[in-house]
Amino acid sequence: MSDTDGLLKIDKLHKRFRLSSDGWFGAKGQVVNAINDVSLEITKGESFCLVGESGCGKSTLARTVMGLETTSAGSIHYMGERIDNMSDAARLPYRQRMQMIFQNPYASLNPRMTISQTLEEPLRFHRPDLSDTQVRDKVVEVMESVGNNTSWLSRFPHEFSGGQRQRISIARALMVDPEFVVADEPISALDVSIQAQVLNVMMDARDHRDLTYLFITHDLSVVEHFGTRVAVMYLGVVCELAETKTLFASPRHPYTQLLLSAIPKMDGSEMTHDRMHGEVPSAMNLPTGCVFHGRCPHAKDVCKTDIPTLRQVAGRQVACHFAEDTG
Amino acid sequence: MNKIRLFLGSDFIYRFRQDRAAQGSFTLFVLFVLFAFAAPLISPFDPYDRLQIDLMDSELPPLWQGENADARFLLGTDAQGRDMLSTILYGTRISLIIGFCAVGLQIFLGVSIGLISGYVGGRIDSFFMRLADIQLSLSTLMIAIIASAVFKASFGSEIYGDMAILVLVLVIGIAEWPQYARTVRASVLAERSKEYVDAARVIGLPRWRIMFRHVLPNTLSPILVISTVQIANAIISEAALSFLGLGMPVNKPSLGSLISSGFEFIFSGSWWITVIPSLVLVVLILSINLLGDWLRDVLNPRLYKD
Amino acid sequence: MALLEIKNLEVQFPLGRKTLQAIHGLSFDLDKGERLGIVGESGAGKSVAAFSILKLIARPGRISGGEVIFDGQDLALLSQEEMRHIRGNRISMIFQDPMMTLNPVLTVGTQMTECLKAHRDISDSDAKRIAIDKLAEVKIPSPQERFGNYPHQLSGGMRQRVVIAIALLTDPAVIIADEPTTALDVTIQAEIMGLMLDLCRDHGVALMLITHDLAVVSQVTQKICVLYAGRLAEQGPTRTLIAAPKHPYTRGLVKALPQQNVPGTRLYQIPGSMPTLDDVPPGCAFNPRCSFADDRCRREVPEPRQIGTHLVACHHAETVAAA
Repeated sequence: MSDTDGLLKIDKLHKRFRLSSDGWFGAKGQVVNAINDVSLEITKGESFCLVGESGCGKSTLARTVMGLETTSAGSIHYMGERIDNMSDAARLPYRQRMQMIFQNPYASLNPRMTISQTLEEPLRFHRPDLSDTQVRDKVVEVMESVGNNTSWLSRFPHEFSGGQRQRISIARALMVDPEFVVADEPISALDVSIQAQVLNVMMDARDHRDLTYLFITHDLSVVEHFGTRVAVMYLGVVCELAETKTLFASPRHPYTQLLLSAIPKMDGSEMTHDRMHGEVPSAMNLPTGCVFHGRCPHAKDVCKTDIPTLRQVAGRQVACHFAEDTG
Repeated sequence: MNKIRLFLGSDFIYRFRQDRAAQGSFTLFVLFVLFAFAAPLISPFDPYDRLQIDLMDSELPPLWQGENADARFLLGTDAQGRDMLSTILYGTRISLIIGFCAVGLQIFLGVSIGLISGYVGGRIDSFFMRLADIQLSLSTLMIAIIASAVFKASFGSEIYGDMAILVLVLVIGIAEWPQYARTVRASVLAERSKEYVDAARVIGLPRWRIMFRHVLPNTLSPILVISTVQIANAIISEAALSFLGLGMPVNKPSLGSLISSGFEFIFSGSWWITVIPSLVLVVLILSINLLGDWLRDVLNPRLYKD
Repeated sequence: MALLEIKNLEVQFPLGRKTLQAIHGLSFDLDKGERLGIVGESGAGKSVAAFSILKLIARPGRISGGEVIFDGQDLALLSQEEMRHIRGNRISMIFQDPMMTLNPVLTVGTQMTECLKAHRDISDSDAKRIAIDKLAEVKIPSPQERFGNYPHQLSGGMRQRVVIAIALLTDPAVIIADEPTTALDVTIQAEIMGLMLDLCRDHGVALMLITHDLAVVSQVTQKICVLYAGRLAEQGPTRTLIAAPKHPYTRGLVKALPQQNVPGTRLYQIPGSMPTLDDVPPGCAFNPRCSFADDRCRREVPEPRQIGTHLVACHHAETVAAA
């Protein structure tokens, strides 16, 4: 990949959380390694998916990219500009170019603000030059583009269902005409019949507004549908990174294979219950060597001692010592 | 108008209409407030006006108490010959003013400190919360007694008499801010981790704006609930201080100092000087507390949901 | 005769000035060893249905009509005391959050033996032996050790396994599982679901699986009930219900799954959202979202009727099936 089309570049990112209050009398706590040496590059126009189970660091990564968390080491560049150590003031223009959609539609809208207040706020803040009419026109335009009724504007969030709120959240993110949108599990809290609606709205926005997505999810069936490229994360590291088609056609990392096998098939077959795959270790004391070795059917001694790095195998990047043999 | 109609149609009003105790205590409380603040207009005498007081009228019993009663004094008179009804009305006014203002001060201090503590966190949070711990480990009354005794000693009774209301408001207000600070801090911590705050941060809004525009409005219902209890507490604290002689002076009596002033006459048969203001105080506190209980039930999010 | 028979169940929640009807005339039955899926969105009434079977419905909700017949007995007529002999003994329940079942201050072993001794007259050592057997059965490694653990010492998946072991303790005839894997990670979810399937088959236990996930239900159950706004939309054998749905709502649910769409294209979507209980439209509750709806649908509530192997509550079921 050349530098010219790279939109977001994450380089050797680490994030550690200290589990203690930082007050005067707080107890010393343990350290959680949420992200360990993750490097990713997202190109313009992609729908880049980040998949993994809870606690794998995917949401932390999204929040770090958006500046909601600080980094512990490593760097994040946006269009060649380093953004992770910027001051709030210097970062402001990037806040307009990068936006975020959240997981929980019941918590992501301020319950005391009307829908129009919620939508107008980002625009008025970033574009104080706009007149009231211009702001209102923009609100109407965005609301209609995500399929929302403009009669909702004077109402409060509690009057809406989860799917409607999520579409309002999407509208808020689109108000400032961002180029890059981070979506942190935007459909996992929604009912099945609503998930398709929200995915469609997001895909329409991508097509009409030329958006680049970083889409965080635990649901691989959505990835296959929505994503152009996928990174699979496990315990803070990227295990496999590939084009969506390649990954679904022939997963190489044993963890990716396990994830894929967990998608329920709808072909009338019954669930097959093979062996137990063990439990996800705690991020507080990571296993030595490959983080997946405890649950891996292919694990050998080397996996317990040496950390595998991402390397090019069969048209994708895999972090596994035996990636050649797992296909 | 639309907002008023919406409010009248809301669940809140519906539940109010369903609850007799709430209606009763609300009516009572409103009556207290109305009568107390209209005292200069409706009371038959002005107890602060020495010209209207005649020592010859002292310790007259209430109207229904036999021959000695005087038709001018419905509830009798106190030891100085002041009309009890007027004195109680004026006294209730002073008690309520002190209660409201002290709680206003508590809210101002507590909410600001709680908001900053909760939102900024870190050392500032630790500092204020330890301060709150220390202050809560001393009783309000103790702090208030020390403060007013020191004030009285250093400025003399004369000045104290003039400034008593201000001193009481300050003392009670400052003594009880931790209640608010803790409540607000807890709800700020809960609200701060919600995604709408993250959304505001992603937009790039400055901290103070997120604090006041997004977080603060969502912490208001617990403030409303504890405010009722706090007003009741403030009135009680004032009454207790006055009863101990550290509150309102006898020439400007609050309910507490009235009760106190009549206490020495209770065994000489003039029970009304103490008992009537005591009853007023009890009913006032009861109505506020009942109203507070009801508010807490209605605003309790667990019951309010669905 | 069916093991568990629900006939015209009606559940109401008086709420402030209005009474919400959470369940309208719901009927279904469960045979011995049968696996039934109850599918619906949040608020469709699926959990309420399960809770009312066990008379665990939270106040002020109440069963306002219908019968729940278990093993020939009408559960509605039983006292709470008699209900206790059924609940957790003949009918077990598994909740979404394992901590709803597990007491955090007691060890796994204590909770299991207590449960056993509440329903059986057996010695401590026998209770312990059975408990450890059950822990082994749910594939918990080193069950002897886990027996002495507190719930917080176990991972989420392990806790749910313990809950399943507790549900199996008294060899129940029916297990009601309310979203048992929703709180778990995807890979663990598949394991737990597979485990439950195996156990129910091996022990001949009937399973009532309540979930919003059509894909999971399709792999575990033999029969599915789809609920919408408190009413039955469609009921039928799993295979044909997924392959050839006859209710427009079921059809929409199946077609909207990403697995059923060509990657990268717009997904099939059902417009709108399910009405809340206080806002159900007249006629068929689904009519505002339905492309088949006509005047009759806006006027008349469709009663469930038998079409082939399915029970469908739709005026246009034949057209839908052909479409």
